[in-house]
Amino acid sequence: MRDVTVTYPGRPPVVAVDSVSLTVERGEILALLGPSGCGKSSLLGAIIGTVPPASGAVHWEGEDLTAMPVHRRQFGMVFQDGQLFPHRTVAGNVSFGLEMQRTPAAEREERVAGLLEMVGLTGYEERPVTDLSGGQRQRVALARSLAPRPRLLALDEPLSSLDASLRARLAGEVKSILLAAGTTAILVTHDPDEAASIAHRVVQMEDGRLL
Amino acid sequence: MRAARLHHSLRWWALAAVPLAFLGLFFLWPLVAVLGRGLFDGGFDLGGLADVVASSRTADAVVTTLALAAAGTAGSLALGLPGAYALYRLRWPGQRAVRAMAAVPFVLPTVVVAAAFTALLGRSGPLGGLGIDQSATAIAAALVFYNVAVVIRVVGGTWAGLDPSTADAARTLGADRRRAFAHVTLPALAPAIGSAAAVVFLFCATSFGVVLVLGGTRVRTVETEIYLQVNQFLDLRAAAVLSLLQLMFVALALGGAEWARRRRERSLGTRRLDGTRSPGGRDRWVVAGILAVLAAVLATPMWALVERSLRTADGYGLDHYAALLTESGLGGLPVPMWQAAVNSMVAASVATAIATGLGLIVAALLTRRTGRSTLLDSVVMLPLGVSAVVVGLGMLLTLNRSVLGVDLRGSWWLVPIAQAVVALPLVARTLVPASRGISPQMRAAAGTLGASPWRVWRTVDWPLLTRPFGLAAGFGFAIALGEFGATTFVARPDHPTLTTAIYRLLGRPGIESIGMAFAAAVVLAAMTAAVMMASEGLRTQVGADL
Repeated sequence: MRDVTVTYPGRPPVVAVDSVSLTVERGEILALLGPSGCGKSSLLGAIIGTVPPASGAVHWEGEDLTAMPVHRRQFGMVFQDGQLFPHRTVAGNVSFGLEMQRTPAAEREERVAGLLEMVGLTGYEERPVTDLSGGQRQRVALARSLAPRPRLLALDEPLSSLDASLRARLAGEVKSILLAAGTTAILVTHDPDEAASIAHRVVQMEDGRLL
Repeated sequence: MRAARLHHSLRWWALAAVPLAFLGLFFLWPLVAVLGRGLFDGGFDLGGLADVVASSRTADAVVTTLALAAAGTAGSLALGLPGAYALYRLRWPGQRAVRAMAAVPFVLPTVVVAAAFTALLGRSGPLGGLGIDQSATAIAAALVFYNVAVVIRVVGGTWAGLDPSTADAARTLGADRRRAFAHVTLPALAPAIGSAAAVVFLFCATSFGVVLVLGGTRVRTVETEIYLQVNQFLDLRAAAVLSLLQLMFVALALGGAEWARRRRERSLGTRRLDGTRSPGGRDRWVVAGILAVLAAVLATPMWALVERSLRTADGYGLDHYAALLTESGLGGLPVPMWQAAVNSMVAASVATAIATGLGLIVAALLTRRTGRSTLLDSVVMLPLGVSAVVVGLGMLLTLNRSVLGVDLRGSWWLVPIAQAVVALPLVARTLVPASRGISPQMRAAAGTLGASPWRVWRTVDWPLLTRPFGLAAGFGFAIALGEFGATTFVARPDHPTLTTAIYRLLGRPGIESIGMAFAAAVVLAAMTAAVMMASEGLRTQVGADL
């Protein structure tokens, strides 16, 4: 991405991200580390397509994605508090992206089972997501975002809503899951330990700029 | 990426065009036509306006409107405040059911309430001996019957959340019960009482069906005077000028209600605590007394209505109900009563479909609070601030010619359209908060999984909105079914709805027609209650937006 700037309306407009340029290699796990309010989530939103940048451009292998709506970018995202669909079961959540791709039902079922095994939730298919613990929810969120095989996976503070001991254990798991899936990933976090244990490369961010 | 933003904005406005076009054609244009008719006569002419305003008929109607609204508000407070104490501040078994029953009058169609008071106070009614049938007193009583529920609900909600320890503190400082109430509890309740009073005053001042049926041509308010000027004197100019007056009244009352609501919200703050208690020894008698009075006031008219619907020339029987099912139009009606009921059901179904369809679009467009969504929101809410009679009059004035090649003159479609205009604000008020309650992040999550905006709505919004949608549809249907003010202007005489047919029958002499009117009113009340109870099951908080 080149010279991306994100502003929010206001007088004067709030500049959340200030001309940031960043390149991620294929298969690389990059961590964006910074205090809360430094603009890292806005930057992630601009990459994913949920936040329109005021200027700058997002490219993927030479293709300009800046004007492409979020659902066509094939970029996945794990949200801070999971954002699981409360009206769907665990399997219903994980298969959502596959349904959007119109994958045949049999293939979908197989892939959901595979992913649930990967995140250690085999047999949880028909559980309502409202019954899950915080750690289980984030595993489902991870499985759900990996299901449609995104070209790039964004993780926005995926572990920060969990307690400390669980966070440390899950960080290792997330790394091995991401490596097993071979996904290119950008992780946003305020926790240096988490960044170090998951990512290949760590980039620091402060006041809308990379350090 | 400017293109992307423009594209997004275009799509928003393209979708917003649907509700805006509907309201523009069937609400704003008619409203402007009424205003124009009042202010212009050939050219700009304040003379004609002054004539109408200065006439003694108008002065009379204005004074009556204010007096009735004041009496209705005072009566509702007198009965509603003890009711709020017994039903919300104190805690006792079976309370929820009693609360629900006390809320019933508010959802009854106006024509039903009017029929019930005619049944109660008419010459052969149980309280016929009082001789107050068709008097201002009877109307005020009916307005109280109608609006007590509002006071109980609004004040009770605040009272249940008041911290009891402040009153206890006053007691330890030497205040007796009465002084603790007057100096601590009452001031804390004042914003809620003010808010309830403003809303009730607004409802009373814009009440149409009750006043028209019970007051006839003798007790006239601004609202019924508009109707009488159109239907008896064919003076559209005078009706338009009166509509201007009514719009001003409503704007003032709405302003007052909004101001009081803000104050109430500020006084409530974010702190919610449980201030309810179980009744002590002396409380039991107080509660029993309050409930007995409430029951007498709320149940007697309904009981009288049922009793008189069963009373025949020789004893009791189901003759009047049987008459509803006969083939010929009895009591001077051009169609049998069951046909009017079918008309009502069909019109209400179409109105519900229109209102909920538009409501869903509005809810989808208002998920984010921006300048344009505030604008759309206020346009959609506007019909709430305009009396149904003015809506009906406006449609009569504007749609008497063909619009865009479609001739709606005297068309049956005007009935459900008018009802949809009246129902839309409440339908939207039910759907918009539910839609705003869905996390935008969850929609973004569906987007990152490859769902287009339409599929995001289909797979995330819609499944989470089905319950509020059922509630909104039930509300919309009940409102349309009981709608009288606008319907009476646009329904053709040979194609009556239940409400217009009941109104017509109530005005005719003879035990057959009035008995049939009572029977039909019972049927309409039962239909409304059934719909409300079915949707009530889907509701989470009663009257939260009052």
